[in-house]
Amino acid sequence: MPRISRTGSIATALAGLLIAGTLSACGSTGSGNSGNNSGGTTGSAAAPKSGGGASFSTAACTSSSGLKPGFSNGVATVAGAAKSLSGAGSTFAAPAYSVWTKAYASTGTQVAYQSIGSGGGVAQIQAQTVDFGDSDTPMTDADLQAAKGGAILHIPLLVGSVVPAYHLSGIGSGLKFTGDVLGKIYAGQITKWNDPELTKLNPGVKLPDEQIAVAHRSDGSGTTGIWTNYLTKESPTWVSKLGGKATSAGKEVAWPVGIGGKGNEGVSGVVQQTEGALGYLELQYALAQNTTFGQVQNADKSAFVQPCLATDTAAADKANFPADLRGDLTDEPGTDSYPIAGTTYALVYQNQKDKAKAAALVNFFSWVLTKGQDLNSQVSYSPLGAPLQKRAMAQLSKITVNGKPVAG
Amino acid sequence: MATTTLDRPGARQRSRPRLADASFRYITGAAAWLMIALLVGTAAFLIAEAWPAMQKYGIFGALTSDRWAPSEAATSKGNPYGILQFVYGTVITSFIGMLIAVPAAVAIALVVTDVAPRRLRRPLSWLIDLLAAIPSVVYGFWGIFALIPALKPIVVDLNDSLGKIPVIGTVFAGPFFGLSYFTAGLILAIMVLPIITAICREVFATAPISEKEAALALGATKWEMLRLAVLPRSRSGIVGAAILGFGRAIGETIAVTMVIGNSVLTISTSIFGQGATMPSVIANEFNEATEPFHLKSLFVVGLWLLVLALIVNVIGKIIVSRSGEHIA
Repeated sequence: MPRISRTGSIATALAGLLIAGTLSACGSTGSGNSGNNSGGTTGSAAAPKSGGGASFSTAACTSSSGLKPGFSNGVATVAGAAKSLSGAGSTFAAPAYSVWTKAYASTGTQVAYQSIGSGGGVAQIQAQTVDFGDSDTPMTDADLQAAKGGAILHIPLLVGSVVPAYHLSGIGSGLKFTGDVLGKIYAGQITKWNDPELTKLNPGVKLPDEQIAVAHRSDGSGTTGIWTNYLTKESPTWVSKLGGKATSAGKEVAWPVGIGGKGNEGVSGVVQQTEGALGYLELQYALAQNTTFGQVQNADKSAFVQPCLATDTAAADKANFPADLRGDLTDEPGTDSYPIAGTTYALVYQNQKDKAKAAALVNFFSWVLTKGQDLNSQVSYSPLGAPLQKRAMAQLSKITVNGKPVAG
Repeated sequence: MATTTLDRPGARQRSRPRLADASFRYITGAAAWLMIALLVGTAAFLIAEAWPAMQKYGIFGALTSDRWAPSEAATSKGNPYGILQFVYGTVITSFIGMLIAVPAAVAIALVVTDVAPRRLRRPLSWLIDLLAAIPSVVYGFWGIFALIPALKPIVVDLNDSLGKIPVIGTVFAGPFFGLSYFTAGLILAIMVLPIITAICREVFATAPISEKEAALALGATKWEMLRLAVLPRSRSGIVGAAILGFGRAIGETIAVTMVIGNSVLTISTSIFGQGATMPSVIANEFNEATEPFHLKSLFVVGLWLLVLALIVNVIGKIIVSRSGEHIA
C-alpha cells in the first residue's frame, strides 16, 4: 500500500491553488471585456458602434447655451444669519449639494447635507431634527399633516433626468424607446430584445434574440418615483399590471419582474455586468459610468429625444406646476423636451422659529437658485428653467419668523 | 490543631484572597448575565417594534403569504407583507451552501488531520481559517465580478440540459442572469466552509489512534481506515457542524444582498432565478420604509429571522454536545 508521498501532496496542493487562481483570473477578465460599452456622450453627435441607423437627435444636445443661466433675481442678503445649517434627504440631489455647499462655504456659512434618501429627508424635517429636508417626490398630504412645525414649502432646486440604460454587445447608445414599450418591458409582457415592438422602433438595428434582463431599484428612491410616474402616464399595460394608478407610481413599487440593485450604483452594476440588461439610471450616473443609454419618445410623439442637460431644461421650461409647486416634470410638451425629467425639492418650514436660521435658509436658497444654478452642469444636472426658477424664488418670500417675512 | 502565629494576626491576610475571589465572581457573573440580558433585550426590542404589525395582520400573518408589496399597503385589504418568499430564499440559499460546503469541509478536515504530511497540516488549516477573515462585502464583490462570469457558461448548459426535463426542470430553468439563489448559495458555501471545517477537524482529531492503527494493521487502505475508524464515530459531530454552519449562513447579509437579485414580489421556482432573503430585504428597504406598517413589517422579518437562527443554533449545539465534543 503506497504511502502518500510528501512531494505528491505538495504538488496536489499547488495544482489546486493554481486552478483556483486561474479560474478567478479568467472570470474577472471575462467580465472586464463584457463591461466595456460605447458610452453615450452628451455634447457630441454619438453615432453608435456598428448599430447602424439609430442616432441621437443631436441638435439640441450639442448647443451648450443655457447651461449657465446666470439668474440674478436673488433676494437681498438678510443680515444676522446663522453660521451653520443642516439638511438631509435625497441621494439624487446629493452631488449637487456637495458642489453647492462647497462653493457656498466662502460666504462663511457651513451647510451640512446628509444624503440618506428622500424618505429619510421627509422624516427628519417632519421631526424638525434638521433645518431643511430634500425629497425628489413632493410630500403627500398625509406627510404634510404629520409635519410638527406647520406648513412646509416645496422649493425646486434643479432638473435631473432618468435614462434607460442597457447592455447589448455591438449596439451603442441611441436605441429608441417609447413609454408604452418601456412599460410593457417592466410589466414583463415584452421579454426579448427582438420583440416586434422594439424592432419596429429601431429599424436599422439588429436586435439579438435574447431575454431582456430588467433591472430596477431594490430600495425606495426618488429616481424610481420619476420613472414610475412616467410609466404610469404613458403605459396602460404598466398601470393595469400594477393594479391601478395608486400603486403603479411611487418611490417603491411591487416590481413584477426584474433584478433589484441597491442605489443607482447597484442598477448600474447590474446593467454593466449582465448581457441583455435594461435598467433606469440617473443621467449623471449613466454619464459618469459611461453606460450605453437610449432615447425616449417625447410627449408630443413627434420625435425621439436624447437625454442631456439641454433637453432636461427644455422640459423644465414647459413645466406647469400647481400653486404649491408639488408637481412633476414628466411628459412635458415640446419637441425637445425629454419626457423623463424630474426635480428635487428642498423642504423648508414656512413659519420659522429662529430668526438666525431663517435668515441663513433664505440666503442659502437664494444663492442656490441664482449663482448655484450655474454650477449644476458641473455635476450633470440642468439648471431650473426661468419660469420655474421665478416661482421657486417666490417661495422664499413666504418664509416668515413670528409672522414677519424674512426676505426683505 | 494548635493555632499558629499565622491564624490571628493574619486575619486581614486571609480576607484579601476572599475579597478578590468574591469580586472576581461578581464581575464575571455580571458579564455573563449581561450577555443573557442583551439576548433577551434584543428579542424583546424586536417583539416590541414588530408588535403593531403583528396586531394588524396577525401574529403569523406574515408567514401565511408570499407576496411582499409595500406600495399596496395603503390600498390593499389583505396583508401586503407576506414573508414566505424570504424564508424560502434564506433556507434555499443556505441549503445549497450546505450541500456544497459540508462534503468539502469533511474532505478538507480529513486531509488536514490524517492525509496531509505533518508539515503541511498547520499551514493548511491556517489557510482555511483565513477564509473566515475575508470580509463579507469582499465576497460580494468577488461574487459579482469573478464568480458570475465564470458560472455563466456552465449554468447556461445546465439550463439547456436539466432545465428541459419535465418535472424537475422548473428548478433548473433559465434564463440565468448571474444574480440568483444559486450564486448566493455558492458564496455562502465558501463563507461557512471555515467554521464547518474547524469543527470537523476537532471531531476527527479525537478518533482514537488505536482504532486507526488497528484498521491499518488489518490491511485497510487509508481511505478504508478513515471510513471505518474515523467517520462513523464523527457522524453526529459532522451533523452538528453542518447545522451550526447553517445557522451562520442564514444570517449572512451583505454578500447575499449583492448577488441574489433582490426580487421580493414572490417565490421564484428556479434556483437560477432572482429572489431575496430575510436579511437582504431588511438591508435593502429599512432606509426608505415609509409606507404604513412597512418598517414594522421589516421588524417582523427580523423577529422571525432571530427565531429561525435561535432554533437552528440550539439544535446544532445539542447535537454537537451529544457527540461528546464540547467544541462550539
